[in-house]
Amino acid sequence: MNMLRIHLLEAKYEFLKVMRVPGFVVPTVLFPLIFYVFFGVALGHQRIPGSVMLGQYLIATYGTFGVIGVSLFGFGVYVAVERGQGWLQVKRTTPMPISAYFVAKMIMAMLFSAIILLGLFALGAVSGNGVIPIMALLKLMAVLIPGAITFCAAGLAVGYFAGPNSASGIVNLIYIPMSFLSGLWIPIWVLPRPIQTIALFLPGFHLSQIALGVIGAGRGGSMLSHVIFLIVATTIFLAIAYAGYRRDEGKMYG
Amino acid sequence: MRNIHTVVPACLANVTKAYDGNVVALREVSLDIHPGELTALLGPNGAGKTTAVKLLLGLAAPTSGIARVFNADPRDSANRARTGAMLQVARVPETLRVREHIDLFSAYYPDPLPREQVIAAAGLAGIESKKFGELSGGQKQRVLFALAICGNPDLLILDEPTVGLDVEARRALWTQIRGFVERGKSILLTTHYLEEADALADRVVVIDRGRIIAEGSPADIKAHAAGKRIRVRTRLTVAEVRALPQVTTATNGGASIEITTSSSDEVIRTLLSRDPSLADIEIHSAGLEEAFLAMTSGANK
Repeated sequence: MNMLRIHLLEAKYEFLKVMRVPGFVVPTVLFPLIFYVFFGVALGHQRIPGSVMLGQYLIATYGTFGVIGVSLFGFGVYVAVERGQGWLQVKRTTPMPISAYFVAKMIMAMLFSAIILLGLFALGAVSGNGVIPIMALLKLMAVLIPGAITFCAAGLAVGYFAGPNSASGIVNLIYIPMSFLSGLWIPIWVLPRPIQTIALFLPGFHLSQIALGVIGAGRGGSMLSHVIFLIVATTIFLAIAYAGYRRDEGKMYG
Repeated sequence: MRNIHTVVPACLANVTKAYDGNVVALREVSLDIHPGELTALLGPNGAGKTTAVKLLLGLAAPTSGIARVFNADPRDSANRARTGAMLQVARVPETLRVREHIDLFSAYYPDPLPREQVIAAAGLAGIESKKFGELSGGQKQRVLFALAICGNPDLLILDEPTVGLDVEARRALWTQIRGFVERGKSILLTTHYLEEADALADRVVVIDRGRIIAEGSPADIKAHAAGKRIRVRTRLTVAEVRALPQVTTATNGGASIEITTSSSDEVIRTLLSRDPSLADIEIHSAGLEEAFLAMTSGANK
């Protein structure tokens, strides 16, 4: 079917486009892997009391970190640039269905998420400090890849309000502090109490808790509450993005 | 007969477009693109050319008046499939190859041209595998032209396609555009080069400060713009020069006198006969700005 073909081709070229940009690949794909080498490989042999090895734990949290990065950057920066510098307008003069533009970016973010998770899995296995069963990897993929949707929506909201030059800075200002405060770099239970409280309001924390839950390292809370939090957050981000979209249309058609 | 020759491909009827800061970009503009013709919308920067293009592409809606493409809303999906556009774009994804850009855009259209044909028609042979970011300015414009034609559109809208190009690159793109006219397509091209309108257009519409101020064949428009500017050193006074036949204006420019005229040859001959010591003669074609001024002041009289 032609519509399907357009969406797939758009996704293929979206993937190729960003894959060839070192400024995208290095921070979003390599940083989670490098952090994992520093903390997961070097300190991963320690067993968390009553839970898994640290090396296993960190696969889930750095996996969450990676998924968030590709989604936020893939949408936030590229939508802001392509919208602000005229490329999206060129596309809108064609019969391209607008859904193809967004679906392609989502598929791109999900493919990169899978690559990051495979990389973490391999590093854990090779170092011997973070060996997880294939089943655990598949479970992580099954929760983290759909989890990307929340952060694609957040990126979209940034992309519709940020200028083409400021988007990358804004995304970093969200990405780095949120990742730290959500316990994605250093396990949440090591962080001071106030930060643990802040984390309860951050989508990164809730996605990481789902990921930790499927590898048996969760804090024992209800999975459903995390899922509901992410659905509500996604809805809010999409509403903000839609307001930005309407604002753009208003400028054009008003 | 195919209906592209019976339906007006695109028109603006009494269109006014005001942006939210009360900037009025177009004032009661009516513009028809005739089937099978290249219409040039000629005007200086800020005249409203890009606004007219956006209205016809459904990227903006008129404040009042009507924009129609093939007798329907420009945003109609059927219209999007029949219209190709080349816009002024600040940045195009630079890491995709020429071939990849063309493949993707071709996939959007129901009946695209074969890729080889697009590459030949846009003069891209030999650089298909280069990434967009590696191309020269002229090559980049030709890729954007390829993306505009790859869907085999009946209507092609080109917004300042050769702006910023050197003479050679400009002429190369003209050749590609002419090739498309020869296939019987309808084209609207905006430009601020009179020379470009003259080289390509069947019909020229001149726009200035949001209003259409002249319309006609390139020869008609050139006649308006054919004035020359002369600068000479002479013993004659400004008043004496001003009184000569064919002199439109004469002003004191320091050591020399500046003259505008519709016939530089005749004025120079007369000047030499009156003042054999005439020196430092410079003759310039009057720019489009002067032509616009002449046309607008003519319209006000």
